[in-house]
This record gives sequence, structure tokens and C-alpha cells, in this order.
Amino acid sequence: MIKAILIFNNHGKPRLSKFYEHYSEDTEQQIIRETFHLVSKRDENVCNFLEGGMLIGGSENKLIYRHYATLYFVFCVDSSESELGILDLIQVFVETLDKCFENVCELDLIFHVDKVHNILAEMVMGGMVLETNMNEIITQVDAQNKMEKSEFSSFFSLYRRLSFSLPGRTGRHRLVLQVPLLVPCLP
Amino acid sequence: MALKIVKGSIDRMFDKNLQDLVRGIRNHKEDEAKYISTCIDEIKQELKQDNIAVKANAVCKLTYLQMLGYDVSWAAFNIVEVMSSSKFTYKRIGYLAASQCFHESTDVIMLTTNQIRKDLSSPNQYDTGVALTGLSCFVTPDLARDLANDIMTLMSHTKPYIRKKAVLIMYKVFLKYPESLRPAFPRLKEKLEDPDPGVQSAAVNVICELARRNPKNYLSLAPLFFKLMTSSTNNWVLIKIIKLFGALTPLEPRLGKKLIEPLTNLIHSTSAMSLLYECVNTVIAVLISLSSGMPNHSASIQVSLRSIQHYLGLLAMSKILKTHPKSVQSHKDLILQCLDDKDESIRLRALDLLYGMVSKKNLMEIVKKLMLHVDKAEGTTYRDELLTKIIDICSQSNYQYITNFEWYISILVELTRLEGTRHGHLIASQMLDVAIRVKAIRAFAVAQMATLLDNAHLLTGNTQRNGICEVLYAAAWICGEFSEHLEDPLSTLEAMLRPKVATLPGHIQAVYVQNAAKLFATVLRGQEGAPADRTVAQETSQLLIDRLPLFVQSANLEVQERASCILQLVKYIQKLQQKDVEVAEEVTALFAGELNPVAPKAQKKVPVPEGLDLDAWINEPPSESESEDEGRKPKGKAVFAKEESKHTKPRYTEVDEKELAKRREVRKAEQANNPFYIKASPSSQKVYQDGVGVEHIPVVQIDLSVPLKVPGMPMSDQYVKLEEERRQKDKADKKKKDKKKRREKGEKGRRRKGDSGPESEEDITPAHMVDITTEEMPENALPSDDDEKDPNDPHKKSSKHKKKKQKKEKEEKEKKKKKKHHHHHHHSDGAGDESVQNGNVEEEEPLPVSNQSSSIYSMCDIQGNLQDGSQVVVSVIFENKCDSFIKAMEFNVLDSLNSKLQRPEGAGPHDGLTVPFQLPPGISNEARFVFSVQSIVMPQKLKGTLTFIVKTDDSSTHEKLDFKLHFTCTSYLITTPCYSDAYAKLLESGDLKGSSLKLEGVSQPFHHLLARICFHHHFSVVERIGSCASMYSRSIQGHHVCLLVKTADQTVSIDAKCDEPGLLGNVLDEIKLTFSQC
Repeated sequence: MIKAILIFNNHGKPRLSKFYEHYSEDTEQQIIRETFHLVSKRDENVCNFLEGGMLIGGSENKLIYRHYATLYFVFCVDSSESELGILDLIQVFVETLDKCFENVCELDLIFHVDKVHNILAEMVMGGMVLETNMNEIITQVDAQNKMEKSEFSSFFSLYRRLSFSLPGRTGRHRLVLQVPLLVPCLP
Repeated sequence: MALKIVKGSIDRMFDKNLQDLVRGIRNHKEDEAKYISTCIDEIKQELKQDNIAVKANAVCKLTYLQMLGYDVSWAAFNIVEVMSSSKFTYKRIGYLAASQCFHESTDVIMLTTNQIRKDLSSPNQYDTGVALTGLSCFVTPDLARDLANDIMTLMSHTKPYIRKKAVLIMYKVFLKYPESLRPAFPRLKEKLEDPDPGVQSAAVNVICELARRNPKNYLSLAPLFFKLMTSSTNNWVLIKIIKLFGALTPLEPRLGKKLIEPLTNLIHSTSAMSLLYECVNTVIAVLISLSSGMPNHSASIQVSLRSIQHYLGLLAMSKILKTHPKSVQSHKDLILQCLDDKDESIRLRALDLLYGMVSKKNLMEIVKKLMLHVDKAEGTTYRDELLTKIIDICSQSNYQYITNFEWYISILVELTRLEGTRHGHLIASQMLDVAIRVKAIRAFAVAQMATLLDNAHLLTGNTQRNGICEVLYAAAWICGEFSEHLEDPLSTLEAMLRPKVATLPGHIQAVYVQNAAKLFATVLRGQEGAPADRTVAQETSQLLIDRLPLFVQSANLEVQERASCILQLVKYIQKLQQKDVEVAEEVTALFAGELNPVAPKAQKKVPVPEGLDLDAWINEPPSESESEDEGRKPKGKAVFAKEESKHTKPRYTEVDEKELAKRREVRKAEQANNPFYIKASPSSQKVYQDGVGVEHIPVVQIDLSVPLKVPGMPMSDQYVKLEEERRQKDKADKKKKDKKKRREKGEKGRRRKGDSGPESEEDITPAHMVDITTEEMPENALPSDDDEKDPNDPHKKSSKHKKKKQKKEKEEKEKKKKKKHHHHHHHSDGAGDESVQNGNVEEEEPLPVSNQSSSIYSMCDIQGNLQDGSQVVVSVIFENKCDSFIKAMEFNVLDSLNSKLQRPEGAGPHDGLTVPFQLPPGISNEARFVFSVQSIVMPQKLKGTLTFIVKTDDSSTHEKLDFKLHFTCTSYLITTPCYSDAYAKLLESGDLKGSSLKLEGVSQPFHHLLARICFHHHFSVVERIGSCASMYSRSIQGHHVCLLVKTADQTVSIDAKCDEPGLLGNVLDEIKLTFSQC
């Protein structure tokens, strides 16, 4: 079972948090901070596994993470998951994001956290892996987006499209945040 | 009207959406919380609208805020509204929000049942999909019960997209509503053969999760899985199945044989590392279950293992190790290399592996390597981990692998050289354990311990609270108990009675005193044997009589009591000696009898005396204080059943410290709630450790180039060499000895019988006959069979205890940087009754003592202690102004609630402190006293007295001097340099509150004025431009104080800022006072 999926940037700012067990908001923030603390102090060339922090899980759980450009993708899993399997899954997740957002960068995740959630929902459901086939995931996500569009009048959809394209292109840290996640770190 | 509605909704379309919210938060970095709270207000307004689009937009924003840590449960009902929208777009937003913030105690969840049911049966597959996804996150037992049937129907839906989600969510339903498992299982099993790979994979996932909880019940599915494993190409499914087989094989060995072939095929064919690794893992599990190792396979495994990332390789090796230690042992070098790895995860794993790898043959070598690492290791945590591992490795299975205990003792002694380790206890308990249980080693151990005692100053050094001094506890006890082995007991006795011992923690001193008495007995016996040495014997008694009073004065009750007992005894003995009575026999009789180790279960075996009911109340419990009694009850029981043998495991201090900390917490909480208590202001607890200017403070590096080696200690390395040589020699005449050794082995007592190392190990003969004493059991022990199987090995247990974190004590003394501006002694003439007001430092009345011409003059300087935010050091200079000798000065201060004089451990709250010197006429000397202060916001005065004895030629008189100590607020400030950029940043931060002061008629030049402020009030000038200057200082608790001083026409205006207004006000008052006096 996957206990939690966290995405945060190099400074520990959360970009997505999905907990498959209930915690209070404060605990969730503590977990994010602690996880960031554990993960960020590790070198780039050491292994991607960490035996869990104090808050989430204890000895039973492991943190499995990957670092892409400005973002950390961290999965907290129990012993029933295969460590390397989860590493592959993270890669599939990021590649899917890359397809859906076209050269995904941190900025996309900042402004479209809802979309990221929708993509994730097609991969992992209630802490269990639903689908690992990238094409299948993308097909389903696209179909749902199409449905969403069809529900609105032409005016409305124009507005929404407008508002999707606007943000991010004028950010102060645009350059850093627009570093594509996938290219530099592909193993 | 209709137009109005349309217009309204268009307006609303341009309300803030999620992207605007995110952008807004990013643009309001400074006042994020404020901005978000206005946004939440807007959201609340939006949620009140009837328009569902507006509501959905609001809920979408709330989901984002929830991620940032804001509680949005108040909007739960609105989320349900959005979930029930007919539009997919809104429904999805609603379900997402629900999945992020609903949980079992959300009460509106019960309103959702029908809505979810409706969505599950929706003709639109994505409505159903979204509902399933959401439900998987917040399913409750009630929802599971009510919806189980609907979901079961969906498992045979026509669309695979729905089928796979329905299958997957069943696991969650089983968890919440276990009754559903039985009816659903046949259908679940069916899905393993679903034509769609996604559904198949979901079914495998669910069954693997179920099987993990209870593998036995799923053995019947093995053939089905076997088929899947050979046919499936989905790596994820394969990994899951292979993991499942790993769990199943131990239950069904026949399965293993079948698995080997397809698994090896997979290992050779797959390119996915993840699959390869899981295959290898399962093959290992299979090999374990087959018990008869297959050498061919294990070879191929190891090749693949090495190619995998180290961490997982090591993880897998630890599994192999359990059954095939030999195949792992050949990788010893590789594992030792891992100890050098940068990655701590890997190093710790490697250490774990080493634990299982040792044998009699390689123990010395491995420990030697570990010792090298100990020397190299950076960071105390890892070093401590190494230390505990070394001890664990050596002591495992009752010292099974140690062939040479002399070597082990010297390893332990070498470990005492580690500075700043927390594990002094652990080393000490090992020393005790070995010395007590291995009789043959006692002579050697005693000699080592004697050297250790002799060099105790190296261990305690400047850091007297260092955990390592615990070993002195063991050393003293061993030397005393087995003193008959000492070569020169007299010199050890002398070493144990050095004045320096008084600085050790109380429980160690107690052991010193007690064992000094044992040594004394041994010495007496030796000396009385030779009649010529009578006088020497008396001298020994005299030595004790001279030194023991030091301990009689100890603040520690235990030490005091033992010391006074023994002192009386020795005095009595001395009297007898003077009458030429032989006493040695009787004195030794005091300590006769050997102390044997007690088996950990011994206490449990003591039968409860008949007629004693431990659960019965002795008195009826008072009904009110129940909680207290509960705490007491189990304790009473433990005396007979649970307590461990304690005498070898000293840990009084640990318990004390924890207990104290707890009490302190309770007391603080109590004080906080008590309106009559002066509270430490909250801001005073803020510690600006990384604040401004700290990096500019010059820190003196203490260079310890001299290695901490205890001279005269044999190094463990020598033993390794000796051992090598010995083994060579042994090999030569092995055959002869072989038989004999075997016989001896049989006699070694039942504990040793269990040893069953690999055959080759039998060849290694122990260096000397090691006989590990079996532990004592009570005479009337209850017989029981499970004696040997007891999992709580005493060593494991004790080592766990020792790991308890013990806070490292600060090495205060050496670090204290005291900038003493010892203000010149202003006293011009003898009486010196001008009370010296050197600015901040108020000192005390140099009171001439009333009727006598003799007087003592004292002045003091109060300085905060930078290292500890609650300490103030007062340096007092005492000067003897009279013609007589002054001695026995005692300094005492009446503690206030806020400030307390720090007294040595165990001293009462009203005891005075002895000034550690005497004063001949005309001489002055300085003494320092440490005060602990809680709040530094207010100035305060402490009353105190100084008592002393004035000794003239023919008489001596007691004198008393009252004084007041004035702790001004500036005495809590510490001159701290600050650079202008940091200063500007500090002012900008807005944490500081301002205040100002005007001084009229100041005619001094500006630089004099600044110098005065710097000197008297501990400020430093940050920047000076013309007649304007900025100044900075910092309090011992980290408050920043900033001043802006301007002068014009004899008027000085000071604008000040500080994060603690109270402190600032008082500092300004004091500055004003300084200038009013000039």
C-alpha cells in the first residue's frame, strides 16, 4: 500500500500532497516538513530509499523518492510494495505529467494542482496502484478533459482556456520554475 | 430580471479562480497569512451564492488551501453540494475536495450515501469513476456496508475502466466491512482471469494485499498465480505475484521447487531491474524454505546481487545470511567497504549485516576494522552507533565468538578514549559483566582497571559530565571487588581517594568510597602479614582518615552516608592498630563472600510467599488520588516478578534526569496557569540563534592535538597479532589437543553447550580457559522449562537501555568567553565606602564591618553567559582591607522566584557557597558565582550575606556582611558586534517594537557619549555618521536591542527598538540614570 504521495520543491514548498490515511492538517504539514528535511539533505548520488521518518509509519514504512530538477517526488510505502517498482512508477508519473503538460515544469504543478490530482487519480487509487500503462492513463485523462470542455458554452470555455494559458507566463521566478523536469535527470 | 441573473453569473465568472489565488499568494509573500485569510472570507461569501459554478470554484480553491495546511472542514457541507452537481466538471472538483479532507469522523459523510449510489450507477462511466476514486479515500464502515453490493455489481461492469476501479476499491471495502469478503471473493478470483490486463492487475493487487495479512488462506490460489506468472508480461503484475510467492513458499515447500525454474528464467530474460530484484528476493525465500542449499543457484544470485544497488543488495544479503551465512561471509570485504560509503542508509545496513557475519575466526579482524572506522567517523551519532555495534557483536550469544577475553577488555578500554560518547554506561556494564563472569580474566581486568583509575583525569578531563566517566564506576567496583588480584593495591587506593574524585557524579563517588574500603581491607591484610610493617598499616589508615572527610562533606547523600560510616570504621581500626591488635582478618570479613551474577529470570523464580496477596490493598485506597495509586501498584508487584537484577547496571542518573525533566514540565505548566506567578514572557524564549551577528563572534577553537591515550595500556592490535601467531602454533599440534579440547568444551557449563559454529570453527581454541560463570538462581527457584529459550538475553536488554538518549552536557567551562572589563578599583582610601557604580554593573556595598577596623571590600561584575540563556555569571573581587587573616568565607544569596544562585548538586536552597580561597591582609582575589535567571525583562535586587572568620594572632571572630546584588537589565546584555547590512535587515523585519528617550543638557562630546553607552551598557556601534549613530546589543536570551542616537544642541535623543518592550524600557531607564549621574 502507498501511504502518501508528496511533491515539494527544493525549498520544501508543497506542490501536491495526497495522504491515503487521515491525518490532521497540522500533522500533514509536519510530515511534509520532516520528509523534506530527510530527503533534501541527501546527496544526489546516494540511493533513493530511506527508512521512514518518525511521523509517517515508523519502521514498517519506507520513503522512496526521486529528484527531478526543482522537484522532489516522494512516495511513502509499506513493505508490500517493491522498492524498485515504485521508483519505476514515479518515473511513469512524471513522464505522464510531461505528456499532459507538454514539457512539464514546476510552474505547471503550481498552477494546476487540480489537474495533477486528476492524473494521479488514474494511476493510484486509495493507496493502491491502479494503472501503470502510460498510454492508458493519458487516454482516460484526455477523455475526461474533453467531457469537461463539452459541458460549457463556447464563451465559457473560451474564458477558461484563456485563464489556463495566462498564469505562469509572468512569474518572477519563471526561469527557475520553467526548468523542464524530465530532461536533465532522466536516468 | 433574467438579464440581471445572467449578468451576475458573468461577473462571478471573473471572480478569483484557483490560478488567481495561487498568483495572489505568490505576490503576497510578506503577509501570506493575512492575504489567505481575506481569501477565505471571499470564499465564504462565494459559498453562500446559489450558483453552483461559483461554489465549485470556491471548493477548488479550498482544496488548494488544505494542502497548505488550512483546516477546511467547515466547508464540508458545501463540498457535498458540489459533489452532487449534475455536471461532471463540478462533481470531480467536489469529489477531489472530499477525498482530501473527509475522514471517518466527518459527520456530513452520512449524507453522501445516496448521492454516491446514484453516481455509481450513472450511465456516464467517468461519473462512476470519479465516485469510486473519491470513495476509496474516505470510505467509512457505514458507507462500505451500504455500498458493498453496488460495488460488487460494478465488478462485472461492461467497461474495463469501471471494472478495475471496482475491483481495487473492494480491498478498502473489505478493510472497513470484513463481512463482505466472503460473498465477494469468488468474483474477485474470477477477475484474475479477466481479459483486460488492467483489471487483472487490480485483482492481483487486491489479493496480494489480502494474502499479506493472512497468506495461509490464499495457498489454494497458487496454481492460478503460477499460470499468471508464466503468461503475464506486465512487470507490475509480475512483481506483485513474485512477492506473493515469496510469502507463500515458507508455508508450502513443494511450491518452492516448482518456482525455481520459471524464476531463474525471468532473472535471465528480464531487463527490468525492479523485476530482477524481486525475483532474486523470492529465490532467496525459496532457498530458505528448501533448507538444502543449492550451490549453483546461490552463485548466480550473488552475481546478480552485486549488480543491484548497494542498499537493496545489502537488504537481500541480510535475508540470505539467516540461512546461508557462509555464502555471505565470502562478501565480507565488500560489506566492510560499504562502511566507507557516503550514504548513511547503506552504512547502517552494512553494520547490521556484520552483526550476523562474525565467527570466532574473523571477530578480531572485523572489530579491528570497526575500530578504525570509529577513529575516522565524523559525527557522534554514527560513532555511537559503531560503538554499540562493536559491543553487540562481541557480546552476542553470551560472548560466543570471543576466544580471548584479554583482547576484549583492551577493546573496551580503548573505547573509553572516545570523547563525548553517550555510551559510557554500556561500556561500564560490559566491563562489569566480563569481569564478574569470566573468572580467568579477573587478574588482567583488575590491572587494566587500576591503570584506568590512575589515569582517571584523562577520561573526565575538562568535560566532567561526560558520559564516559561511567566506566570509572565499573573500574572502581572491579578493583575493589577483586582487589586480591591487584599488584599494588595501595597506589590504587591512593588513586581512588584523590580530591579530583569529588568532581565525579554522586553515584560514582559512592562506588569509589565503598570500594576504597574493600581495598583498604586488602591492603591491611597484605601489610599485617609482614610484622615489620605495622607502621605502614597505620599510615594507610591515616591516609583514609585524611581523605575521607572530603566525601563526608559531599552533597550526595549516598556518598556522605557511606563515607561517614567508613570513616568511623577506619578511626576505630586505627585505635586498635595503635594497641597492636591484628584487625586485617576481621576487616576482610566485612567484605567476604563472592558476588555472583544473578540470572535475569531469577527474580521471577522467587515463589510468592504463601498467604501473601500482592494485589490486595493494604489500606483501602483513598478514592480521590486514584491516578497516583495506579502508578504505584505495578511497582509493588515488580519486586517479585518483573524487576531485573540491578546491581550490575548503574543507571541512577538517567532515571533521575528524566524524572526531573518531567517534574520541571509539570511545574512549568502549573506556573503558567497560576495567575500569581511571575511568568517568563513568551518572547524571552525565542532564541535568535541564527540571528544577526552571531557569525561574527570570534570563537576560539580548542585544539586537542594530543591524542587521548591512556598510557601503559596494551593495545588491542597486539592481541590480533598474538592471536595469529598462536593459531599458527596451534595448527601444528592441533591433532593432539583436539580431543582434549573437546572434552573441556563439554565441561564449560550449559550455556556454552549451545555453541554450534560451523565445523571449521571448532579448530580455534580459546587462548585461555574461559569459564563463563553461570548465573545464580534463587535457592527455591520454581522449575520451568522455558529457561533456555528466553528471548530477553540480558545483554540485549541492557544494551537497549543504554541507548536511551542522554543529553550531552554542555562543556560550559572551557567555552565561556568572559570579557571581563574589570573596572578599575575606584577605591582610593582604605574604607572605600563609595559604592562603586560602574555603569551596568552595580556592585555591592563595600561595607566596612562595624566595630572592627578590619574590613573586607568587595566589588563585582555581572555578566550574562552567552552559552546559556538563563545564566548570569557574577565575578566578585574580594579584597582584604584589614591587617588580619580572613578565612572560611561563605557567600550566600536569598533566592528570588526569578533568580537563583546555582549551588552544587544536592545542596539545600539556603546553603551558602564556600569561597575557595583565604585572604591574607591586603590581598584581593576573585570568585565567580553562577546565577540562573528566568526572566531578564526586569531588573532586580538580591539580598545576600557574606560570612567569614577574621583571624588575629590570639583570637578569631565570626563576621557577617550584608550586601545587595543589583541585577540591572543591561547586565543581561552582551556586547555583540553587528554589521550594518544585518542591522538593516533586522530593523526591516518588523519584529521589533520601538521606544524613545530624550536627554537634555548633555554637554559631553558625542564620541564620549557613545563610549559611555558602549562601556556601561554593553552596546557596540554599528555605524556612525556625523552626530548620529546606530548601536546594537543582544541579550543572553537572544533579544536584539537597537539604538539610534542623535545629538543636537546638548540634547540627545535615543530611538530604540527591541523585540521585548519591557526589557527595552528598563534598559533606557538605566541609560538615563547613567547620564543623570554625570
